Amino acid sequence: MNFDFAAVANSADFLWQGFQYSLSLTAFATCFGILFGTLLAMARLSSIKPLNMLASTYVNLFRSVPLLLVIFWFYILVPLISGVQVGAEKSAYITFAIFEAAYFCEIIRAGIQSIPKGQVAAGYAMGFTYGQNMRFVILPQAFRNVVPLLLTQTIILFQDTSLVYVVGATDLLGAASKVASRDYIPVEMYVSVAVIYFIVSFTLSRLVKRLHAKIAVIR
Amino acid sequence: MGQYQWNWAVIFEEVYGTGEYYYQWLITGLGWTVATALCAWVLALALGSLIGTLRTVPNKWLSGLATAYVELFRNIPLIVQLFLWFFVLPELLPKAAGNWMKQDMPMPEFITAAIGLGLFTSARVAEQVRTGIMTLSTGQKNAGLAMGFTLPQTYRYVLLPMAFRIIIPPLTSEFMNVFKNSAVALAIGLTELTFQMRQITGEYAPANPIEVMTIVSVIYLILAFSVNRLMALIERRTQVPGYISGGGK
Repeated sequence: MNFDFAAVANSADFLWQGFQYSLSLTAFATCFGILFGTLLAMARLSSIKPLNMLASTYVNLFRSVPLLLVIFWFYILVPLISGVQVGAEKSAYITFAIFEAAYFCEIIRAGIQSIPKGQVAAGYAMGFTYGQNMRFVILPQAFRNVVPLLLTQTIILFQDTSLVYVVGATDLLGAASKVASRDYIPVEMYVSVAVIYFIVSFTLSRLVKRLHAKIAVIR
Repeated sequence: MGQYQWNWAVIFEEVYGTGEYYYQWLITGLGWTVATALCAWVLALALGSLIGTLRTVPNKWLSGLATAYVELFRNIPLIVQLFLWFFVLPELLPKAAGNWMKQDMPMPEFITAAIGLGLFTSARVAEQVRTGIMTLSTGQKNAGLAMGFTLPQTYRYVLLPMAFRIIIPPLTSEFMNVFKNSAVALAIGLTELTFQMRQITGEYAPANPIEVMTIVSVIYLILAFSVNRLMALIERRTQVPGYISGGGK
């Protein structure tokens, strides 16, 4: 057994491209997911029944099926509806944004529900409208309470982006597997990729832990 | 989209030139999904309970080792872990063992998927078990020790029975996750439900992907719902009178 880790270094550029795609997919899905998730959370807590039910159905539906299944859904559905072959990389952006919104929604909902009722009432008593109340009183506090959870979800999301490999996208894992089969160095490639994922996720989760401790002290 | 020809009976059609029917493929897929998920879950519960317990013991070495285990399995994506077990491990083992894994191991995809998914999930179960034990007041542990129980006895008779009841709701979502995550095993060629769906909508394309995908999605929904009901039943059955289990209503 001799392994050729120098071969991994030779394909560093290609791996770096894949890694950048993984990162950009993570960033896009996080931003959009939090934005859309916030709207969903507000809808889930709204007193308007149809809105409430629609949001709950959306969230429960996406939380009950595998992400892989949703990846295939959009991979096949997007070209079918739009009539344009958008490719695996682009359809993954839509998939992850829509899928992760359901998970972010539940976190933000917990954040909103952690705000004491008195705060909401106080806001209204000040003459705030619903929108103003959300914007100035509830959401800032809610987000602050759940920042560690949102970041943890982002780390999970980063790991989940590796699943786009199955539709042939060139993310970090996709790039690695292409090199692995081209140069026949699966051991070196997959071990390297595992190490990269581990270092990124582990470092980030350590940082989240420290942030969590810091926030807990301030509160 | 306008010309899409709906045909919900597509799954009762014959796969061209094989003498098999699409619904048979889906049933086989469901079988593998359930088998993989259940095997992985048993492994995850057993190992996760052990590791989670070890994380809370006073011995620094043991708890450190358990923490390392959890961090390792939590910070590498499941699909990469499966690749490591499937493609990398046989190359690292001594030649004879590696060759056995590659050639003679029965049902290689299934065994790798069940064990890989089980280990991945065990780290997450361990976190829940640890949280459950930490929620109990230290008085419980001290009371157990003061009664003359040894530390293992205190865990066995005092701490763990309460901890497991508390963590039933998060364990429910982990149990549902096992079913969902089993889909990842398609990457190493396990012919589970999502694999069959891709097979049908892709290579054998009867031009009705939406129907097939909808049916498969509904099957996953039913699985998730069944697990949810089963766990709710267990939660009710194991309730200790006077205690609110799991901080529920």
